[in-house]
Parts: sequence; C-alpha cells; structure tokens
Amino acid sequence: MNMDTTFLALPNGAAAPIADLPVLPFDDFRAQLIQAVMQDGLRVSSFFATPADNQPGDFELIAVLADDRAHLLRLAASRVSKSYLALSADCPAFHWFEREIAEVTGLVCENHPWPKPIRFTRPPVGKGADVLPGVTDYLRIADEAAHEVAVGPVHAGVIEPGHFRFQCLGEEVIFLEISLGYQHRGIEKMLVGGPDVRSAQLIECAAGDTSIASAWCYARLLAALSPACQASPAAELWRGIALEFERSANHTGDLGALAGDVAFLPTQSFCGRIRGEYLNMTAALCGNRFGRGYVLPGGLRYLADNKKVADLQAWRKRVHADLTNALDLLFDTPSVLDRFENTGVLAPADAAAVGIVGVAGRASGLNNDIRLSHPYGPYTDRPLSLCAEGAGDVLARAMVRRRELDASNQWLNEALNAATELSADEQTSALSSQHSPARALAPSMIAVSLQEAWRGELCHVALTDSHGRFRHYKIVDPSFHNWYGLALTLRGEQISHFPICNKSFNLSYCGHDL
Amino acid sequence: MYKALKARLFQGHRTGRFPAVAPTLPDHFQGRPQLLAGPCPKDCSACLDICPAKAVSVSANGPQIDTGRCLFCGKCAAICPRQAIAFGQEYRLAAFAREQLVAGASAAAWAPPTAGNAQCRDFCGQSLKIRQVSAGGCAACELDFNVLGTLAWDMGRFGIQVVASPRHADCILVTGPVTRNMLLALRKTHDAMPRPAWVIACGACAISGGVFADSPETHGGLEAIFKPDLYIPGCPPHPTTILEGLLRLMGRS
Repeated sequence: MNMDTTFLALPNGAAAPIADLPVLPFDDFRAQLIQAVMQDGLRVSSFFATPADNQPGDFELIAVLADDRAHLLRLAASRVSKSYLALSADCPAFHWFEREIAEVTGLVCENHPWPKPIRFTRPPVGKGADVLPGVTDYLRIADEAAHEVAVGPVHAGVIEPGHFRFQCLGEEVIFLEISLGYQHRGIEKMLVGGPDVRSAQLIECAAGDTSIASAWCYARLLAALSPACQASPAAELWRGIALEFERSANHTGDLGALAGDVAFLPTQSFCGRIRGEYLNMTAALCGNRFGRGYVLPGGLRYLADNKKVADLQAWRKRVHADLTNALDLLFDTPSVLDRFENTGVLAPADAAAVGIVGVAGRASGLNNDIRLSHPYGPYTDRPLSLCAEGAGDVLARAMVRRRELDASNQWLNEALNAATELSADEQTSALSSQHSPARALAPSMIAVSLQEAWRGELCHVALTDSHGRFRHYKIVDPSFHNWYGLALTLRGEQISHFPICNKSFNLSYCGHDL
Repeated sequence: MYKALKARLFQGHRTGRFPAVAPTLPDHFQGRPQLLAGPCPKDCSACLDICPAKAVSVSANGPQIDTGRCLFCGKCAAICPRQAIAFGQEYRLAAFAREQLVAGASAAAWAPPTAGNAQCRDFCGQSLKIRQVSAGGCAACELDFNVLGTLAWDMGRFGIQVVASPRHADCILVTGPVTRNMLLALRKTHDAMPRPAWVIACGACAISGGVFADSPETHGGLEAIFKPDLYIPGCPPHPTTILEGLLRLMGRS
C-alpha cells in the first residue's frame, strides 16, 4: 500500500482543505485502516462521524491515524448511511471509538463485538428510547459461586463519578466492566459554531487537571486555521514550561496517592504538599493554580520578568530536592515495592492492541510520546528523553512517572534558563491580546492538533464550515484510550488491588465524558 | 524506619498558618471584582460581549459582576475602556445567599457576610463532616477542595473532615453544573443524609452552571435542585477561599 496516496498526510498542528481529504469507498477505507493499524503500526488518534453535507442521514467517517515513525498524521474518510461493517472485530483499537459513533449518531456498527453505550447520552432524535446512566446488560458469570460487586457512581472519596462492575470468584476478579458518562456536559456540541467567547473556557474545563495541555492543543489548532492566532517561539517556550509544571504537579500527586493506597503515609503526606508547590508555580505565571486563561490563542496572557523567572528557577530546584527525597523513600521501601510489583499487569501486546497511550502505554513498553514522535513548539529543538518501562505493572507505571518527573525537571531547568535569555522584543511577542478570536477561521478546512498531556496523547480535530466556523470539533482525551486498559489489568487480579491499579492509571472521568 | 524518620526531618513542618496569618496569593490572583462607579459610555457593551459566562451586567451606576457566574478570567477587566473593572486580592468570596454574590460599585468597604445558617453554626461549629459529590465537575474544584486534607492545609485542625458515607455527613459539597446523568445519584446521596443536610455549592458550575449553564446536558447548577447554604465562587475557587468559606459557615471566623 502506498500510504501517501491513500491518506492525507499532515504534520502535528496543521490544516488542509476538506476537499483534499481522500474519501474512499467503504470497503477500501476499512481494509486500509485495518492494515495501517494491524500491520504498519499506526495508531488510532481519532475516529468519528460527522453529518455529511447536503445528505440528511448520511455520515462521513473520518479517521486520524498517528504514524509515529514518519512523524505524521494520516487522514482518510468514507461516506456511510445507516450502517456499516464495524472495524472493531478485526482491529480492537477501534472498539471504543465505534461504540461512541453508534451512540452519538445512531449509525449501526454491524458485527461490533460489544455494541454498548459508553456515555449513556440521550439517543439521537428518533433513534430509540431514552437511556438511564449505567443501566445496561452487564457481562455476568452464570455460576452460583460467582458474585458481583457494584461500585459508584458516587465513590467513597473526593473523586469524580463512574460505575464499576466486578465479576468475582472469591477474591479474584474475573471481569471488570466500567460504565461512564455521568460527567457528560455536551462540550463538543457547545463548540460547534465557534470559536466564540466561551470556546477556550469549555476546552480548559474538558478535563480540569489538563487545562494547559487542552488550551495549548486548542491554540495550536487555531494557529493552523488563522494567521492571527500564530504564536511566537517565546510564547511556545512558556507554554511548554506551564505544561511541564502541570505534568509535574499531577505525577507528584499520583505517586503520593499510590503511596497512600498502600498505606505508606510519609510519601503520601510529602507529595500532597509538593504537588501544591507545582500548582503554585503555575499560579505565579497567571494567578490560577490550574493555569486557567494563561495560554491564549496567539500567545500568553501574562509575561514573566527576569526576577520572576529567577524566583521560579530557585523554587523549582528547592521543590525537586524535596520531591527526590520523598520518592527515594518510597522506592526504597520493600513493603511498597512488594505491593507495586506484578500488580495490575497490562501486557505489552494487549496495550498495543487496544491502543493505550501515555504513561500507561510507556509502562507497557510502548515507546510513544507525542513530544518526541510528533514534536511541537519548544520540544522540537529541545527534546526530552523517553521514559519507558516494560513490565506493565503498577511499579512500571510509578517508575515512568518518577523518571518523567526527573526529565521534566531537567527540561524546566534548561527552558527557564532559555527564558532569561529572551530579548525584550521576544518577550513582548509572547503576549496575546486576543482574549477571544471572534474572527472567522479559514473556511472548509480540517485541522489536527496533538499534545502529550500528562496522562498521554490528547487529540483535537476541527472541521470548519464555509463561513470559517467550527462545523465539528472532536476531542480525544488520553483517558478515552486508556479506560479499557484499566479494565484489562483487573482480570485475574485480586479485587483488593483495584485501588492501586486505578490510581496507577488515574484516568479522567470528565475528559472521557466531555 | 530510620530512613522514614530522616526524610520526615528533611521535609520539615509544612502546614500553612492560615487563618492566623493571611494567605500569600499569587500576584495575578483574580479575587473579588472591584468596580468603579459612574455611567459607562453609551453603546459600550465590551464587557458583556466578552464574558464567557454572562456574569456581567451594566446598571446606571456602572458594571456589576455576578460572582456566582464569574469564571474570574479577567477578560472584562482587560477590555473595559473605562478601566472600571479590576479583580483584587480579596479571596473571601463565599456567601450565604445567592444575591450576596453580585458585586457592584459601592462607596462602602466590602466585608464578607457573616450571618449564615444559625443552626449549622450551632450544630457544626466544632465539627463539620462533609460528603463531596462531583456532578459534572471538571476535577479542578474537586482537587482544590481535596487539597485541604493534605498537610499543607490540614483542615482536620478545625474539625472539618471528608466522610465516605452520606449517613455520616452533616453537609454535602457539590461541584459541577449537575449533569443530567448525575441528577439521580446526587438526589439519592442527599436523601441518604441525616437532616437537615446542609448544602454547599462549590465553584461557578455548581452555583449557576458556569460555562455550561446553557448546555441541555446539565441542569445549570444546584439552584434548581437544592437551596445551598453556602456558595463558594471561583473556577475553581482557591483552596483558601474554600477553607475560609467553610470556617465562616461554622461560625469560626
């Protein structure tokens, strides 16, 4: 197969006219996608259906595949009506995407191995009765010795809602099914017709702990669609600094929470405080601990003067010493390692088959990090080292986080030094005055933007209409890829290991539910 | 054991000194809006047009901001040609009634309201057990409430504790705009609590729906479902704002 003729190739953060998107006959489309993923090692970054122009009831399926080796995204489309032959049976990486397509559009994915809702949203008008969240036929074991444990949507701690159904034989979990959708707010629908004054805020709230990555993903998408939204290298450098603060805060919090789940209180306590230091560094940039409003289309909301940069540099150094102390203790404690090791194993082959991304993917030996495979902004000439492990257990997921904290720290050191060397003009060029680009974007385009958010790959795809407004906006949060991976790790695992398995993924409910 | 003790010594004592000492807030912190009195230029609607959450209104006496809707993004302050809007360092944003959340130009110095629910003050002045429910929250409100349990804040010092079971809870702290899919679970959680079951709306979404107010997938906040006893504005509220609000609800400040 010649990929360059079958697919439209785009670099990360680029746009092309929708007319350039190859629309393949469905059988060809299906065969090409399956071959690209199963044989050529491409990954499914996005797969969705959008109403076809001028044909009510018809949909265009659009696939965005990541070609990590070629550093490109490969796109193709096909037109379908009412139903099509599902890809999932031959290629598990499409499984969750096709369930979403069926739920959102009412299209029937024939022969789909597990056609169930993923968000329990209202069916499209005229397509079936109303649904209740979490009410579905769960896979059950027909055996008197088996029992079922149902947890959620409201959990015991301060955490978002989701429903977990465990099928157990004694302590052993045979099967876990995860029902989400409780956090569905309809973000993608609200974005249609934009960009408008609320678009950036909606995107920052898609997953609130991923605000910087989301805002940056959106800003780079707009830059591909409007020259007025292009950001200077200085702005991109600062966006990178903010993203690494976001990553550091969350990885620190996760390692502290993992320590807490195995009742190792010292590191739990230390990390609970240290996480806040990274949030406060973010707040020093923009006033908000989650970085809300810092990354704007075209640049940044605020500049940092050299005194602030020096303060941040010293602060980062201090905090990293505290963090190293807290983590040395954690990883030097045999009772902790005993709980982490060989717990919740996600085999590399399974991780690859279902398309796991980010920290969890790298822990299962998948060498995939968007900052390296599809580099953007400050990562282009300032690459980080790849932190991958291979065992796929809780320990590997913890180790990936630990190594990434060190890699981010080193990168932040260099980036903050580079920030002090920016000239006054370069500094000023980073500032954006565009609080809301009400202006229209390039019409009839498709744009793709990828980010390595702290959990993993975040993908935004936008289609504009003939007036330069969003006709379709598709967000794929890393959690969308990874929830199914968590379910797989529980098979054959003790139910008492669920908390650390869950924490070692720490996936977003709202990022999945949108 | 020795390693843990050594690390403990290295890490030191890190609990903040709030409320005895005022919090250190970042210099770009967006606190309670400060509004300049006086008529706005005719035909100027810059602040109304740019607000992502319809929080701004204009009266004869200048702009007003509903902090129950406000996302504290500061865009209105940046765009106002009169420079009539500023967001100061005032972090004490919590209020006991919806109308107390509207900030307007006023000659008098602003002080946070003190008259909360008297019964809650009497019953829970020394001990407040909270059941948190996220009903479409983006995790930011949840995380910055959760952080109050870490040693940096240690809200247990004031008798405030998160409980797992609604049966053990004095009040429910709700985040998020209340999605359609969470309404039933939210009601059931509230039903399972002993009465009177006080209600706290934490964040713009829970108070008014925030940026999701117009979404048909949400109920536009708590107001239509339960009457909150405490409103904590912000997107998300700073941890100090949340803690200060809880202490005021308990009559401890």
